[in-house]
Amino acid sequence: MPKSRSGTIGGGECSDVPTKIEKDEFSGRDTTGHEWDGVKELNTPLPKWWYYVFLATIVWSVGYFLLYPSIPGISGHFGGLLGYSTRVEVERQVKAVAAQRAVYMDRIAALPFEDIRKDGQLNAVALAAGRVAFADNCQPCHGPGGQGRPGYPALGDDVWLWGGSYADIQKSIAHGIRAEHAETRSNTMPGFGAALQPAEIDAVTDYVMSLYGTPVPGRDVAPGQKIFAEQCAECHGAQGQGNRERGGPPLASRVHLFGDDRASVRAQIVAPRMGVMPAWTGRLDAGTIKALTLYVHQLGGGE
Amino acid sequence: MARVSAADRQRQLLLEEAGQHLYANRVRVYPKAVDGPVRRAKWAILVACLVIYYLLPWLRWDRGPGRPNQAVLLDIGRERFYFFWLEFWPQDIHYLTGLLIAAAVTLFLVTSLFGRLWCGYTCPQTVWTDLFMWIERRIEGDRNARMKRDAGPVNFDLAWRKVAKHAAWLFIAFWTGGAWIMYYADAPTVTVEFWSGTAATPVYVFTALFTFTTYTLAGWAREQVCTYMCPWPRFQAAMLDEQSYTVTYQGWRGEPRGKHRKQEAGQKLGDCVDCGACVAVCPTGIDIRDGSQLECINCGLCIDACNHVMARTGAEKWLITWDTLAHQRAKAEGREVTPRWLRPRTMIYGGVLTVVLAVMAVALWNRPLVELSVQHDRAPLFVRMADGSYRNAYTVRVANKTRQDARFELTVKGLPGLSLALAEGQGKGNGQLILPVPLDTVGTFRVLLSGRPERMGEGSLPVDFVLRDAQSGEETTYRAAFMGPPDRGMGR
Repeated sequence: MPKSRSGTIGGGECSDVPTKIEKDEFSGRDTTGHEWDGVKELNTPLPKWWYYVFLATIVWSVGYFLLYPSIPGISGHFGGLLGYSTRVEVERQVKAVAAQRAVYMDRIAALPFEDIRKDGQLNAVALAAGRVAFADNCQPCHGPGGQGRPGYPALGDDVWLWGGSYADIQKSIAHGIRAEHAETRSNTMPGFGAALQPAEIDAVTDYVMSLYGTPVPGRDVAPGQKIFAEQCAECHGAQGQGNRERGGPPLASRVHLFGDDRASVRAQIVAPRMGVMPAWTGRLDAGTIKALTLYVHQLGGGE
Repeated sequence: MARVSAADRQRQLLLEEAGQHLYANRVRVYPKAVDGPVRRAKWAILVACLVIYYLLPWLRWDRGPGRPNQAVLLDIGRERFYFFWLEFWPQDIHYLTGLLIAAAVTLFLVTSLFGRLWCGYTCPQTVWTDLFMWIERRIEGDRNARMKRDAGPVNFDLAWRKVAKHAAWLFIAFWTGGAWIMYYADAPTVTVEFWSGTAATPVYVFTALFTFTTYTLAGWAREQVCTYMCPWPRFQAAMLDEQSYTVTYQGWRGEPRGKHRKQEAGQKLGDCVDCGACVAVCPTGIDIRDGSQLECINCGLCIDACNHVMARTGAEKWLITWDTLAHQRAKAEGREVTPRWLRPRTMIYGGVLTVVLAVMAVALWNRPLVELSVQHDRAPLFVRMADGSYRNAYTVRVANKTRQDARFELTVKGLPGLSLALAEGQGKGNGQLILPVPLDTVGTFRVLLSGRPERMGEGSLPVDFVLRDAQSGEETTYRAAFMGPPDRGMGR
């Protein structure tokens, strides 16, 4: 605390003589020693406990400074005597959680699907893990609950491009579709924009639409059917029922990945769009992939 | 009121002494022992409350094999509350709401009729404080002895008595905390586990916690809990009116107060001899002669104290008594009035209480032993199938509260042509699903409902899930919705 002070505050002249702490007559308490235009201020120190806590925090901060990362440098920082790092800490916690879950996840990874299903508790754990993993990894494309959207298949319906059994789903998740994986599921539909005449493309479009909708009266679908048998049936099936071996989507279905109106169907014949799903092996462990499989299977479409 | 009581004066002095402090120092209360009908009734109620509290968990109740046989058990781990013949599941939590409402309204009703009976006789704070004060008197002596010793020097006599008192308090506090635990676990089992050191950590933690709170609140805080911590005294005024019976000093009879010995010639003094006996016995340290006040817990110990004095002075007893303000006013004017029990507030409280209890009783009586809940998937609301039909997925939960394993048949009604199936397992495509649910559990099933109703309307049609107990044939219905795309022309 300064012992003397001079200058003006608020236009009032402050005393130039050293301040004098005196006792206030009225309250019996000490003043701060300052006086402004005859107004004196009572000294109101912090409560003692507060003051000592303040000092204690200063002492505490020294230890904290030494033990934890503190002093920044040009190309790094002083790491602290404990070598603490939040990143390392998170990794440690993630590992600890994984170790806790390993009791279940290892069994999920090791057992066949049917055995997991029979074990009520293990099945519940798998479904819970699958639900969370789905929300984290699959939901951005397939939507909540696997509801799907244009270009991204719904997972709860009865239409599968590559099969809806446990093994099929597991393989699709693990290896992906048109993904960067040696065993990925893959196929390519050629664009028929150049190979077929526009009239022929229209005829095929008519025929494909007749497979799932009401044929337009007065339109003969026979020419389209002939072209379909020659060009499309190999992958999409003779009746348009699809071909899971090759991943050929069923066309005699009300479920269409890229839309079932005329323009969409025609566009898909001329210049087909084909989706990509990443391979999840390497990103997710085997147990999680199996949990995801069980979860997707019970959404409603499982076979 | 112009008069300031001794206690208030003392408070005021302490406040001034404390100077800048914003709170008053506690004025230590040394309640004096007293005997009389009120005190004896209070002892009887205290013993009854303590006996119920300590012994209730030990009461057995046969519920059949494999089930807890404790009459009152709040089994949090297994999510079951047992009260004698009643059993509550988490789904029954609304009965707790009903119970709390009934308890609150009962409190309102009793208070508006008879003042703060709860505060004075049955509140745990009062019961345990009373018990602790009794121990204090056994060890440290009555009011005067305690005051004298506390004011005197620290010596062996003071020290051993204080140590003994606090040890006794802690001992009782420990048993109080221990008894609390027994409401949450099988009493004999948890007792053995506790003393063999094998009980779960929470058992020790909560025993320690309630030991601490009992010791602190009943030993140290006492009347301060009522005066400063408890919200009840703050709104009791709203329950009381001039027809409520409260502990009342009959001022018209007692005033002007004064020592009869010093009575000057020609001066007519009232029955109150200003001996201070009523203040000395008061557990909250107030003067009842100041009238009804926040701190008064309506225990009536001052009545007993005053009756002794009145007996000695030869005056009529019951200078302090239970009475209403209206009756007091009439008496002061020399009139008589009849008590009014039926008043708007008592009728409203009584009416609300009756309705709540009736609703509770009817609800409990008709409580279903099987509960069905059908939760529609939030996303997707429906999926379109290859053949153009729609499929909805539901989570079906069946709570089996009966005493035996049950097999249920689930069907849907209200929408023809829909097919019901389990998402996994057998029964796919059948119209009727078989759902086995073991006793005392909730079975969870994911079911699929598919079909193509002729009209979807605005996209949602009501459909009833009907659950039938295969053995008893009892049916439970849950109204759910079947969803699909809205019909064309049904603009939003």
